[in-house]
Amino acid sequence: MPKDHGIGASSKRREDKRFLTGKGRYTDDINLPGQAHAWFVRSQVAHGRLTGVDTSAAEAMPGVLRVFTGADFEGVGGLPCGWLVTDRFGQPMQEPGHPVLARGKVRHVGDPVAVVVAETAEQARDAAEAVEVEIDELPAVLDMKAALDPDAPLVHDELKNNLCYDWGFVEENRAAVNAAFETAAHVTTLDLVNQRLVPNAMEPRVALGDFNPATEDSTLYTTSQNPHVIRLLMGAFVLGIPEHKLRVVAPDVGGGFGSKIFHYAEEAFCTFAAKQLRRPVKWTCTRSEAFISDAHGRDHVTRIELALDAEGRFQALRTETHANMGAYLSTFAPSIPTWLHGTLMAGNYKTPLIYVNVKAVFTNTVPVDAYRGAGRPEATFQLERVIDKAAREMGIDPVELRRRNFITEFPYATPVAVEYDTGDYNATLDKLLEIADVAGFEARLADSKSRGMLRGLGLNCYIEACGIAPSQLVGQLGARAGLYESATVRVNATGGLVVMTGSHSHGQGHETTFAQVVADMIGIGEDMVEIVHGDTANTPMGMGTYGSRSLAVGGSAMVRATNKIIAKAKKIAAHLMEAAPEDIELKDGKFSVAGTDKSVAWGDVTLAAYVPHNYPLEELEPGLEETAFYDPNNFTYPAGAYACEVEVDPETGKVTVCSFAAADDFGNIVNPMIVSGQVHGGIAQGIGQALLEAASYDDYGQLLSGSYMDYAMPRADDVPFYRVDHSCATPCTHNPLGVKGCGEAGAIGSPPAVVNAVVDALQRAGHTGVTHIDMPLTPARVWAAMQG
Amino acid sequence: MKLAATHDIAAPRATVWEALLTDEVLKACLPGCQELSGNPEDGFEATVLQKIGPVKATFKGHVTLSDMEEPSALTLSGEGKGGAAGFARGAARVTLEEISEGTRLGYEVEVEVGGKLAQLGSRMIHGVAHKLSDQFFTRFKEVVEGPSETDEAGAEPEGADPAEDAPKGKGWLGRLMTRKAEAE
Repeated sequence: MPKDHGIGASSKRREDKRFLTGKGRYTDDINLPGQAHAWFVRSQVAHGRLTGVDTSAAEAMPGVLRVFTGADFEGVGGLPCGWLVTDRFGQPMQEPGHPVLARGKVRHVGDPVAVVVAETAEQARDAAEAVEVEIDELPAVLDMKAALDPDAPLVHDELKNNLCYDWGFVEENRAAVNAAFETAAHVTTLDLVNQRLVPNAMEPRVALGDFNPATEDSTLYTTSQNPHVIRLLMGAFVLGIPEHKLRVVAPDVGGGFGSKIFHYAEEAFCTFAAKQLRRPVKWTCTRSEAFISDAHGRDHVTRIELALDAEGRFQALRTETHANMGAYLSTFAPSIPTWLHGTLMAGNYKTPLIYVNVKAVFTNTVPVDAYRGAGRPEATFQLERVIDKAAREMGIDPVELRRRNFITEFPYATPVAVEYDTGDYNATLDKLLEIADVAGFEARLADSKSRGMLRGLGLNCYIEACGIAPSQLVGQLGARAGLYESATVRVNATGGLVVMTGSHSHGQGHETTFAQVVADMIGIGEDMVEIVHGDTANTPMGMGTYGSRSLAVGGSAMVRATNKIIAKAKKIAAHLMEAAPEDIELKDGKFSVAGTDKSVAWGDVTLAAYVPHNYPLEELEPGLEETAFYDPNNFTYPAGAYACEVEVDPETGKVTVCSFAAADDFGNIVNPMIVSGQVHGGIAQGIGQALLEAASYDDYGQLLSGSYMDYAMPRADDVPFYRVDHSCATPCTHNPLGVKGCGEAGAIGSPPAVVNAVVDALQRAGHTGVTHIDMPLTPARVWAAMQG
Repeated sequence: MKLAATHDIAAPRATVWEALLTDEVLKACLPGCQELSGNPEDGFEATVLQKIGPVKATFKGHVTLSDMEEPSALTLSGEGKGGAAGFARGAARVTLEEISEGTRLGYEVEVEVGGKLAQLGSRMIHGVAHKLSDQFFTRFKEVVEGPSETDEAGAEPEGADPAEDAPKGKGWLGRLMTRKAEAE
């Protein structure tokens, strides 16, 4: 019988009551007395020399308080990059400056040039139109390969070229990999594009800066996935505010998908301007503005080659990827195509030799950074596509080819520097074949044929690295931060408790699942546990939420803190019952002495802790509050197998996703309903990438798909009902909950399944020349592929 | 984005050439033109109100004439800035060829848009540019040829001064040229 509370129960999401009744409190809902409004003047051209910004007309407009330009930020730091990648030759990446407001040059459409601050948002917006920006246009650098031409214009004049880094992984294996290709029985090569995506969180970004001249405290309310990281980056590197004088609050946040990890110019601006003007300054992003100012995702161009022996055993894998950084290095941009991508190229397979080459390139486009999956979708897509192509070329069933190469013994050290702790790839694949009813495919194919439709079945596996990350390891890899997580558990006198976590919830349901874990450990009702997050003033230093890390890392810190609470509570209980602490058992919220009928309730102990009349004060401090930090000693490795069935209309090329099945191994599950929801959302995003979404620039660097008229988000009728299973669990061996993380899997595992399915449909219909179609698989592209 | 088309105009090539260089003709023919002044040597300053998709704005711009090969070809290039709405710029190579019916006007236009106009209006821009080019040259043809016998009442181009005292059937351009000559 399914559990009705605690770990493993599908407890209803407590946060939904406020979200669904309009009672959420988002950053834009916060309004401070005397608040002024900012409007950003942004570059309309992709590349040019900034020759003049005339603010005089704007300053004379009604309600205008001040117009800021790049000159106001002389002496203010630029936006920092949080990861230093070292190239194949041992040299540090080229790291250009990233000013808060453009100085000297503009480098992408949307680059902020000036900001008007006025009494109202409308006045600021009107006055922004009167700011005269003079730009001498320069040729835009757009195509990544052309950008590396020695004669290409420079995005950053101070750099020697547009190459951020040329990364080789594992560089020492390069010669051996090349040699393996020389002798391989079969080599499959695939050129593909993993297109640029716009994250499109439901809530656009907002920043509200405040300054108290009496205390000299600054506060920033912002739409962030990691308020402590913003406090550190903005305080230490941009504005020079010590952390104890800077508070960052990220209240309810309406989705992030990675795009709200990064420290953005608008946050620094509002904090800075509030101090300058002695007034709170608020900026609310419009949807149009989000398209050209939120960091984008993906944008890789890849050649992947797979060497196999005559039996289809993988001998070696070699990739060359050009990864677009955009115009500036966003906070974690350099790490995405390298450490979050190259390390996953082994996939679920025992390929002995792997070499990954990534050239990260600056272009006159919006910066690119982590977006749901962040490097792992790019790795999974190319690997699972090339395996599918190899299977077809060699006449081996794609399921069988994968099984033949599965890693089956754990722990397993891959040739790309990670060690998988657990997994059972055959089990998830078997489960997938069952829930996707692969055996019934032929009948469905016949049915589609009878209606004149082409039908295809696509399958793939995936693995990802979550639970980011062991600090010492990532420090060696160039991270400029630790990636532990924290929790403080504060038990109140009457037994209720508050967990203050450094993780941040922006849709994931932490307030529900975290409460389930703590309530389960103590044996009290979930309603006795409150989860507090998102405010640096009342939560311990934490690194935030991304990389499917919150339960694996933040949850582990919470477990540790709760264990400390339980240990202390047992000592108090032992005192109350005049027993030895080691004889105390805690079950269902009751402390008892083993082998006796003596017991005290949870509430008796908590009350004693705060009203210590009968209390061992000489041995124990009063109170019941504990803090713990947890630094993982490995990544976690969720894995699974996905299947997609599509119908293709031969007349129009339109693809309809008929069914989608996902068998995931997330280790232990705290809330199955929430996990399924995360998978559903991820698959919808993956189907969006596979069929619909693309950020397109024209030859001049103008973003053409800059609104929902042209950027096609998946809608309800674009996705099927999903069949999701996460029963094939191999618990993580190195965190206390045995959990692996589920937030990104859907977006990582689903694009190759869709593309594999469409190629399969076309192949079955006799279009044998179609071995790949680049995403998004729009009707035009599929139709063109069918025409040869 | 590139466009090309030809229009046959029932007028001598020299007349067509002169009309292309005349500010009042350009003003009358440019869709949405509110103001236009200048001359072929220094170029023309124009203010144009346009709505492209969801973006409506007043574009202020400068048009220059170059590579002039009288009377057979010239290049018109210009840029219009619409403030927050973005900008549009382009160049048109216009050729005039003598044909038995008069003159064949051919053009190749290359248009580039930026800012919000590109972000929101890009998928409309091709259609809009076609429509505007077509409107321009249709009006231009009317202005140069004068209203046809059957369509006198409705042929007066929008934006032109009402010239009620003008003789019926006589070309509007002819009147304009006459007036210009008198003024000089």
